[in-house]
Amino acid sequence: MSAFATLTLPKPWRRKNSVIPGFGLSMGVTLTLLSLIVLIPLASVLLILKNYSLADFWRVITDSQTVATYRVSFTCALIATTVNVVFGVLLAWILTRYRFPGRRIMDGLIELPFALPTAVAGIALTTLYGTHGWIGSLFDKIDIKISYTQIGITLAMIFIGIPFVVRSIQPVLEKLDGQYEEAAAMLGASRIRIFCRIIFPEILPATLAGFGLAFARSIGEYGSVVFIAGNIPYQTQITPLIIMLKLENFDYLAATSIALVMIVFAFVVLFGINILQAKVLRIAGGAT
Amino acid sequence: MNIKTLFTGKALALAASFFSLIAALVLLIAPIDALADSKSISLTNVSYDPTRELYEQYNKLFRAYWKKTKGQEVEIHQSHGGSGKQSRSVQEGNEADVVTLALEGDVDKLRKAGLIDPGWVKKLDKNSSPYTSTIVFLVRKGNPKNIKDWDDIAKPGVEVITPDPKSSGGAQWNFLAAWAFSNKRTNGDEAKNKEFVKAIYRNVTVLDSGARGSTITFVENRKGDVLLAWENEAFLVQKEHPGAFEIIVPSLSILAQPSVAVVDTYARKHKTEEVAKAYLQYLYSDEAQRLQGKNFYRPSNPEILKEFKSTFNLNVQLVNIEADFGGWDAATAKFFAEGAIFDQIYKK
Amino acid sequence: MQAKTVERTLIAIGVAFIALMLILPLVTILVYALRQGWEPFMDAITNDYAIKALNLTLLATAITLIVNTGFGLFAAWTITKFRFRGKQVLTTLIDIPFSISPIIAGLVFIMVFGRIGWAYPFLDAWDIKIVFAVPGIVLATIFVTFPFVSRELIPLMQAQGNEEEEAAALMGARWFHIFRKVTFPHIKWGLMYGVILCTARALGEFGAVSVVSGHLRGKTNTLPLHVEILFNEFRLTAAFSVASILVIIAIVILILRNIVEYKLKQEES
Repeated sequence: MSAFATLTLPKPWRRKNSVIPGFGLSMGVTLTLLSLIVLIPLASVLLILKNYSLADFWRVITDSQTVATYRVSFTCALIATTVNVVFGVLLAWILTRYRFPGRRIMDGLIELPFALPTAVAGIALTTLYGTHGWIGSLFDKIDIKISYTQIGITLAMIFIGIPFVVRSIQPVLEKLDGQYEEAAAMLGASRIRIFCRIIFPEILPATLAGFGLAFARSIGEYGSVVFIAGNIPYQTQITPLIIMLKLENFDYLAATSIALVMIVFAFVVLFGINILQAKVLRIAGGAT
Repeated sequence: MNIKTLFTGKALALAASFFSLIAALVLLIAPIDALADSKSISLTNVSYDPTRELYEQYNKLFRAYWKKTKGQEVEIHQSHGGSGKQSRSVQEGNEADVVTLALEGDVDKLRKAGLIDPGWVKKLDKNSSPYTSTIVFLVRKGNPKNIKDWDDIAKPGVEVITPDPKSSGGAQWNFLAAWAFSNKRTNGDEAKNKEFVKAIYRNVTVLDSGARGSTITFVENRKGDVLLAWENEAFLVQKEHPGAFEIIVPSLSILAQPSVAVVDTYARKHKTEEVAKAYLQYLYSDEAQRLQGKNFYRPSNPEILKEFKSTFNLNVQLVNIEADFGGWDAATAKFFAEGAIFDQIYKK
Repeated sequence: MQAKTVERTLIAIGVAFIALMLILPLVTILVYALRQGWEPFMDAITNDYAIKALNLTLLATAITLIVNTGFGLFAAWTITKFRFRGKQVLTTLIDIPFSISPIIAGLVFIMVFGRIGWAYPFLDAWDIKIVFAVPGIVLATIFVTFPFVSRELIPLMQAQGNEEEEAAALMGARWFHIFRKVTFPHIKWGLMYGVILCTARALGEFGAVSVVSGHLRGKTNTLPLHVEILFNEFRLTAAFSVASILVIIAIVILILRNIVEYKLKQEES
């Protein structure tokens, strides 16, 4: 390492082992902006809660209607993200391994849900899947309702989550060396076996990371889901919607408490992803 | 940390210019609101969902009136949404000069927050309700489910659309009207009333956050068999989609009195008290009352209401929030507060 | 099974998924926008309120881009060029707005700057309005797109390594000089990529802005909020027309993104 390595024991937030200047300034700007825009506002949520007891907090976040919204949000997001993982792996695979006409356009379209305003997506999906929409009317014939049911919520979540999974896996697949696959194929391994034994372990961390991102996004999504969710308590009421409802009833305790639960949840998911990615990087770095 | 590296000239200059750019931009946009022309005055009216069309027209009328009497241009900004939601935004700092909301309770929340001076209800005629309305049923053409009265929408197999009373004023009127119907029939048997409203809400498949959201769900997305709607909203839908829907007036409904008030604190701050007061008072003028009638609100002036007797069913029995429910505070505590009857009917 | 058959089946499934899930909603918007012909479409998008809403959206997006690009550069520099304790926590904190519900993003600003917020007495004394005014909309937009640029830059700069910067530093180059001459050429396309994504999200933000906006037409109404208003006024065609502007912007952004990605790949190879 660098010749300027300090001999003192490292202290938290202290720069080690780098000769590159600018640590103080860049760390300063980063922390200032981060605090001003993210941390202080988020901490204000705690400030509102300090007027209430822990028992109040607990009562509010375990209220049966609220718990039902966690269940709806969680199950719909879980199903949506699982669907997205299956299709995400498939899409990433065909986009990196196959050459076919329209591939570039398809590749570009993956990020559409990301670029399309959520409200616009919500209105479009509700219209499309409503009982008289192009797709909704087909399902209506076999008596399946999509808009305003959990199926609708799940579909909206699939829509917004797909880019996260594809874009997490794609770069890994691109870098993955084809020679092991070829070797395995020459040794007579079946295609499924090659996928399970060689490719899958390689893309697993990236898939998990994509899963985490899409999942966290689905749980928190408001704009596109709110139009298609029926908002029936215990059935189609999602957590972000109940926060809005509590807020509209001036129930700041409930709104902020439930918000806090979601913030902690988001933090845990993200922290997991970041550790995972650091691990992936270390493995990738070790291999070269 | 090395202070010297931190303050190397160029880096510092970069950071400084970066921050001053942000500061300049913030300063640049902050006073946009303050840039109003001194010859004109700006008024903000925060209202509830179905009044969009009414106030769009009323604002034109009032601007002409104010120009004629005071020689001043008024620029009126409108905001619409679920009544409870709108009341919240005003309380949290959406600086409305006047509020025109769906129910007294939502306006009174602003008095409790110290934004409106006490005694506001008596400041304007008719308890500050220039127009009233009631709750009716909107069904699809031909009334395929044969819905005539409140009993019919409590039957299994009927899909009902109504907004969420937790955020919508109109939805609270809907709920109370259903309750009043049952209460009359059961002679005040609370347990049976609860069963009755529970049966209705079991039929509800979409609970939008505002009255307009429910109308869109029912009309544009064609969901449900019956929409519990403001009378004015139901008429408006008929006007927009002639022949596609029918209005059913139940045997009993509720006298819905939307309330209007000047938000004193903000009006004083903006120095708009005079125009704000005039804006609301002018709602009682003959021209404005007729305009309300044309937009399917029942004018509070009985003479003008008569002019619209071909439009409105004036024979429907209407219960009243004061006499039949003991006022909004009592009604809110009993039905819509946390854990009250509305929450209970959804508990398993 | 033949390899070709497998390939074709997989491609078919993928194309079907994209067509059904992504292209169809897009087509829905455009068809609904134009179903009454060209004139109502033009009326809707040249409406005074629509143009004011577009201006506000563009203003909020421009400020957001400046702040987030600046932040992204500093944050990526801090995280990739130095080693310090708590780096993992810092990275996670930066990413938080990414996975937090937009509703909460709006809520937190109400809790700070609204009448119930702790900063309100101060703001009121100086007659500064943040929430339910333009600054609140800008802040909410910055919040939800905060990590976008840094998230693109961090992996790129990590992969690049620090050798060149270290060499430059040892030769006595100053901080800004190193950044401009050594680091920037490597990351410029990555930076563009982040900026483009950030633009896309900033233009379309709905949930957070909806909480902090007073929904005043012509004043605190952004384009996505305007779409919602039109939708709620039985003016479906107008709503879809205005929405189609946003769709077109989204498509342009996607095309730009593809160009940038192509450049990025060229750079790598």
